[in-house]
Amino acid sequence: MIEIQNINKTFNPGTVNEVKALCDVTCTIDEGSFVVLLGTNGSGKSTLLNAVAGNFLPDSGKITLDAIDITRMPEHKRAKYIGRVFQNPFSGTAPDMSIAENITLAAKRGLHRSLGWALPKTAIEEFREKVRPLNMGLEDRLDSPIGKLSGGQRQALTLLMATWLKPKLLLLDEHTAALDPKTASKVIQLTKEVVEKEKLTTMMVTHSMQQAVNLGDRILMLHNGRIVYEFNGQEKQRLKSNDLLALFDQIRRKDQIDATTADMIGHLYI
Amino acid sequence: MSLLIGAITIGLILALLALGIFISFRIFNFADITAEGSLTLGASISAAMIVAGFNPLLATLVALAGGFIAGALTGIIHTKFEINGLLSGILVMTALYSINLHVMGKSNVPLMSESTVITYFEDLAKWVMPGTETISLLGNSIPAKDIVILASVFVIVSIFGALLYAFFKSNFGTAMRATGNNQQMIRAQGVNTKTMIILGLAVSNALIALSGAILAQFQGFADVQMGIGMLVWGLASVIIGEALINDKSLGFLITGAIFGSVIFRLLVAVALRIGMNPNDLKLITALFVFIALVLPKILKKNRMKGIEIK
Ligand SMILES: Nc1ncnc2c1ncn2[C@@H]1O[C@H](COP(=O)(O)OP(=O)(O)O)[C@@H](O)[C@H]1O
Ligand SMILES: [Mg+2]
Repeated sequence: MIEIQNINKTFNPGTVNEVKALCDVTCTIDEGSFVVLLGTNGSGKSTLLNAVAGNFLPDSGKITLDAIDITRMPEHKRAKYIGRVFQNPFSGTAPDMSIAENITLAAKRGLHRSLGWALPKTAIEEFREKVRPLNMGLEDRLDSPIGKLSGGQRQALTLLMATWLKPKLLLLDEHTAALDPKTASKVIQLTKEVVEKEKLTTMMVTHSMQQAVNLGDRILMLHNGRIVYEFNGQEKQRLKSNDLLALFDQIRRKDQIDATTADMIGHLYI
Repeated sequence: MSLLIGAITIGLILALLALGIFISFRIFNFADITAEGSLTLGASISAAMIVAGFNPLLATLVALAGGFIAGALTGIIHTKFEINGLLSGILVMTALYSINLHVMGKSNVPLMSESTVITYFEDLAKWVMPGTETISLLGNSIPAKDIVILASVFVIVSIFGALLYAFFKSNFGTAMRATGNNQQMIRAQGVNTKTMIILGLAVSNALIALSGAILAQFQGFADVQMGIGMLVWGLASVIIGEALINDKSLGFLITGAIFGSVIFRLLVAVALRIGMNPNDLKLITALFVFIALVLPKILKKNRMKGIEIK
């Protein structure tokens, strides 16, 4: 279970570039729950995931993961509990290193790294068997550098790597956004399979209404750094992508009104 | 011929420098100029200790440790204080200049009349080939001890090359390579990238200081200026090695750096022999490295243009 309590994050405070990326975000995610995060561009979805993963420390608030307080824990320490797939296929793998080397790095996530041989023969066999189900022919290319693979192959491998050791929490940040539709649906399929099989607690950001409707048991919608809508259980299951689109429209219209009001007030006072 | 043997020996000694530069330049992607200070540091420490009567082997090991600390310092300044890598190196290199003067007590320490690790190799020559003063090779007679020194240095460099290979193929070393390749990725795998950079630069400069220590004992003196230009020298060796062995796997890259250093030293020896002004040596080396760095980019650009036209 992950508890996020009153998290605040302001980038570049006190400058003209000040951005309140997260305002008092609070939510509790039960063990085994699959949460889909939605929101317009810049609403703070990535920032929320980054705060949980420890890319930066929040200005205030508290994050606990299975009762472990990770609020101040450096990123590399909490990696022990967290598996991640990034939006950019280049972020999650070491491009110049082989598929096998990348996997062996992930197979030791958060564990002691010895001076022993990183790729013993037995490990290679194990890797091959676990890569085969991806159905991408990668099992015969374990020695080639990951940089030579397509974005989809990389994301599929990154997903495999993120879940190689069962994480307490899986973070997926628009991990199919950079892929063509066919590859994206394949990666989504793989995601669904592994999350269900391992019963992973998951937070997934997406901009696809389709994915939001089809996946997960809960939807959180962010706007301007706040959670503005939430759908759980039955309500979530009944939700159609049109309902979500309507909601986005509503948010957008409200934003426009706010901007016009601000404009009017501005004219009155300046 | 004797000159040739000498050039190869120095090339092999400086191969340890090339291995150090390989770590900073190819694993961590930045040219760590600490090298110029740590090469001299290795020479200074070993020379000063040998003159003071310490065992030359111990002196050489302490020199290696000195380089380790110097490299770690650069890494700490770079990662913990978030100062640009090049600047961190410059700071430590500059500080080392004074430290090296303090270690030696003067700007040049002669070792000609001292017993050094090279003396050990000479004793080894007497032991394996008793009574043989010279060996004839391709019609030339060469002092037997020169051959044994060359062979001994080759063995030492091979051992360090093999150790480095095993290290970078270990779980720990693989994580270190990943740190240079994609920090975001390896942090997400639970690796403290700062520690990796500090340790990597420490190992790099330990090898470079070892190179300096053996070089000083081989040439018979340590000089406070001897590190100048050595970074570019090491880069040239690494680049030649890569061009020579067109294979990007670790074992070949390490072997390439070693042979690149030897070939580079031979090229220099030949150039000097046919009348190149020694004062131009560093200019020409810098030009060479510049061209080697720029050439692939130009070739790539032209290739891309070609695709556009089609
Ligand atoms: N490292 C950063 N420095 C400054 N501003 C940032 C940083 N990361 C995100 N932001 C800003 O915070 C806001 C939220 O960004 P983000 O969480 O990436 O949005 P999204 O919901 O599209 O993922 C945006 O206005 C963005 O510009
Ligand atoms: Mg985002």
